[in-house]
Order: sequence, then structure tokens, then C-alpha cells
Amino acid sequence: MQKKNFKELKINSLLVKKILKGFIKNETRKVGFKKVVVGLSGGVDSSVSTYLAAMAMGKENVTGIIMPYKTSSRESLEDAKKIVKKLGIRSLKIDITPMIDAYFSAFPEADNLRRGNKMARERMTILYDHSAKENALVLGTSNKTELLLGYGTLYGDMASAINPIGDLYKTQVRQLAKDLGVPKEIVEKKPSADLWLGQSDEEELGFSYEDVDRLLYYLVDKRYSDKELIKLGFDKDFIKKVIKKIQDSQFKRKLPIIAKISERTIDRDFRYARDWGR
Amino acid sequence: MVFRIGIAQIYPTLGNVERNFAHIKECIDRAKEKKADLLVFPELSLTGYFLKDMVPNSALRVDSPIIKDFLKKSLEISLILGLVEETKDHIFYNSAFFMEEGKIVHIHRKVYLPTYGMFDEQRYFSKGNKIRAFNTKFGRFAILICEDMWHPSAPYIAAQDGAEMIISPASSPTRGVRQKKKLEISNIWESMNLTYAKMLSQFICFVNRVGYEDGINFWGGSEIVNPSGEKIIKGKYFEQEMIIAEIDIEEIRRDRIPPMIQKDEDREMTIKELKRIQKKNAKKEF
Repeated sequence: MQKKNFKELKINSLLVKKILKGFIKNETRKVGFKKVVVGLSGGVDSSVSTYLAAMAMGKENVTGIIMPYKTSSRESLEDAKKIVKKLGIRSLKIDITPMIDAYFSAFPEADNLRRGNKMARERMTILYDHSAKENALVLGTSNKTELLLGYGTLYGDMASAINPIGDLYKTQVRQLAKDLGVPKEIVEKKPSADLWLGQSDEEELGFSYEDVDRLLYYLVDKRYSDKELIKLGFDKDFIKKVIKKIQDSQFKRKLPIIAKISERTIDRDFRYARDWGR
Repeated sequence: MVFRIGIAQIYPTLGNVERNFAHIKECIDRAKEKKADLLVFPELSLTGYFLKDMVPNSALRVDSPIIKDFLKKSLEISLILGLVEETKDHIFYNSAFFMEEGKIVHIHRKVYLPTYGMFDEQRYFSKGNKIRAFNTKFGRFAILICEDMWHPSAPYIAAQDGAEMIISPASSPTRGVRQKKKLEISNIWESMNLTYAKMLSQFICFVNRVGYEDGINFWGGSEIVNPSGEKIIKGKYFEQEMIIAEIDIEEIRRDRIPPMIQKDEDREMTIKELKRIQKKNAKKEF
């Protein structure tokens, strides 16, 4: 499919860079930390988060952790290493194969979804362990597209302390990546969660990021009605499918719901910013 | 009348009055060193913006020791400060105080409390119900807090009440980052400030905060626009800064000769028409 450029999604990268660098720096400082730790997959999202962190905090305050599984592609590993080298950040490689295989030896029938989720959560526990070990905040790498579609593992890759790119659609992350100087081959490669061999985001989702980002922009940001979206040329079934994905994954974007008993329940009538007093 | 006005484009700490109090006092000292006659702070400068349930804990009564301390300082420099005001009967307002010569000269209670999208003010604050100009050592001023400025009737009333300068303390969040364009929200504010200054032929002093609260940024870019619609001073975007400008209130006179809008303004007609619209709307049946 030919890549289309939709001008409504184009961002002012310089401005975004300024806002996001400040975000990482300030939100890290407020909790008394000076460092961040990030899972490096070799993909464009974690690359952009890491670039921003290195610019905001200084390369010596960023640790990139590369966590391959035995089926992870060589290319992903090489790309992650490229980022480390280019930025001069600290990094380590932790193979998650022993942990994953030990667990699934008891459940050999487990399908790709279960295995993929387990890998994402294994990586999360490693990141949080290093967060405690190094007094470093876990930096998020989920973009707005996957957050809205629920295309991520709850408490896995969706877990982080601060997420600089969660309000940027995938195509916007790509534009920012390009403008930040992320190597071209990383920006342009086929997006993949790399949880199993040959996995492709767009094949799994059934549409391209360019198409869905443009739809999400009008649907979410601009609050267009179905009628207006159809008028813009979006297919009715495509709209329906995307809305269903957003609705079905709402739970992933919320804290667990709490049964209300008392006069003051957390997040209902006990409302404070996380930056409370900071 | 020529005077020196300072703008303290600060980064308040959310819900930490003590820390903000100390920081504001430092700013006042610095402004005095720079020979400012008047120093303006942003909206809720003493408390931070997204307070939610912290509103009652951050509130101050007019007779609180902190206010008394500022009143003492106001003997040397006039101050405009944003804070959560608690009345005797425990009503909370998003207010700005004008303090000078040891007295509170004016309190503006924010009238238009944004409660939509990311904003939630009316959940926590009560609405002010007055827009008044007031006399100061430097001329006749009015205060309109942030969202108040988005209702053209507010600066219009202030100007009709004789305001020579509208001070607008703000906590405006950053949003809108289109390619090849300036920050969208700053663009709108700057056009608004220019338009009001020129149309109403008075000064606009816009004082916006900076910093982050739970991932939301505030963009700064404070400015003073003169009655001809020219920026006389501009603060940096996103950075803490103190800027000082010299204001010559006589510029208003120069802008109003030849008379343009002021002389011909038909207040009677405006009131008559507004009353007619009010009556018509009251009659509407659903």
C-alpha cells in the first residue's frame, strides 16, 4: 500500500520536542528521580521515547534495556543496538527466553496471545526491577493509536511511570522520529510487536496506521459523527470496527474499578493530581 | 503617568502553598531590585492550577498571615496575586488580589469557570459575579482571570468602566501543534490580546504561568500590548522568567486622538438590545 501523507496529522516537531523534553525532565524531577529506564525493542516508538529522554536527561541518565526472546528478530536486536550506540546511553541485554519457557513448559498448549502477553509482562517486571535498582523512572513507549485501539498488553508494554508519546498517533511518532534523526530503516520498517515470528501490526489489525490514524483524528480529536466520517470517505464497516475496538479496550485505559462503600472512594470523590504537592 | 510593571512568569508547585509563598517572596525581592512599581503573578500563583480536592486545603482567608505578609510587602511594591480565596462562610473562589500601600484595593473573583474538556473548575470553585474597574496609584485597572477573557463582554465591561489596563492572570495549558504553525493556543491568545487592546484602546497585560502538572504543560508567553495593538514586552514561551516594562498611560490619550471607538460607543443602545434579547430568551418555551 502506498504511504499517504495526511496534512491534518502533521506536527510541528520542534515544538513537540520542546514540550516532551520538558515533560520528561519535570515529571522525573518531581518524584525525586534523575534517571529513566526504557525497554528498547528496536521499533520506532521506543526509539523516539529514548531519543527524547537522552535529550532531556542527558545520555548518562538513560538506561535502555533490550529484552529479546528466542523468536525475536535479529533485525530488532540490531536496531535497538543502533539506538544505544547512536545516543551513547547505557544499555543491557536480558534474554527473557529462560523465564518464558520455564513458565510455558507447564502450559505447552498456550496460544500466541497468551505467550505474547506473558513476554510483555516479563519485560515489564524487568523494567520495574531496574527502576528500583537504579532509582530510575520507567519510560512509556505506547503511542496514541495503540492506546486507543487497545493494541497492547495491560500491565505489560502499557505499563510505565511517564509516557511522552501517548498523545501522538503512530504516524506522528514516525514524523517526530524522522525529525529527531532516528535511523531511516527504523522509521520505515514494518511495525511489529515482534512477539512471534513475522508478526505484523497492520496485518493483525486489518488496516494501515495511516488510515486508522486519520480516522482516529477525526473521530477522537475532532469529534466527528459517523455521518460526517462517511462523508469524508471512510468506510462504514471500518468506522464501526474501530469504534468497537476503542470501546472494548476502555478497561485498559483505566485503573481497576473499585466497589464504592465509603463516603470517599479513591478516584470517585477522592480526587488529587499525581503531582500533588510536587 | 509612567510606571514600571513586572511580570513574574513562574512555575507554581501544585498544592504547595508554603513553597510557592517562599518563591513569590523571592520574586518580589528581585522585582524591587529591578525597580518595578508593580508586580503581576499568574492565575492561582500561590497554589498551582489542577488542584481538585486540594482546593480547600490551599485556600486563604483575607485575614490570613500570608496575605498580611504580602500586604506589608505592598507598601514598597504593588502586587497582583492569584490564589484560592475562602470567604467567611467557606465559599471558595479562584481569585486575584490587587494589593497596594498595605491594603487590598480590589479582589476579582473569576466569573467564567471553564468546566469542559480538561477543565473542571466549577466542580470546586464558586463563580464570581462582578466585573469592576478600580483605581490604583498607576491608573484605573481591571482584572480578568484567564477564561474571563474569552467572553468579549468581560473586557468590554471593564473598558466601559474606565479600565486603562486589563490585567489577565492566566494558567493556559499547551495544546495544538500543527506543522509549520505556531502553538495554536498561543496564537489565539495573542490575537485576542491584540484585538482587545486595539478595539478597546487600552493596555492588556497577559500573565501566563509555565511548567507541568500531571503531564499538562503551561506555555508562558506573557505579554503587554499597548492601545495601538503593539506588543511592548513579550515573555519567553515555556520558561520561567521575570520581565519588566515601562508603561506610559498617556499612550491611551494619544491612541484616542483622533477619537475612534470610545467617543461613539452607544452604551444605551447596547443595554437596550441586550435587555430585549434577555426578554425574548426568557419567553422561549420548550
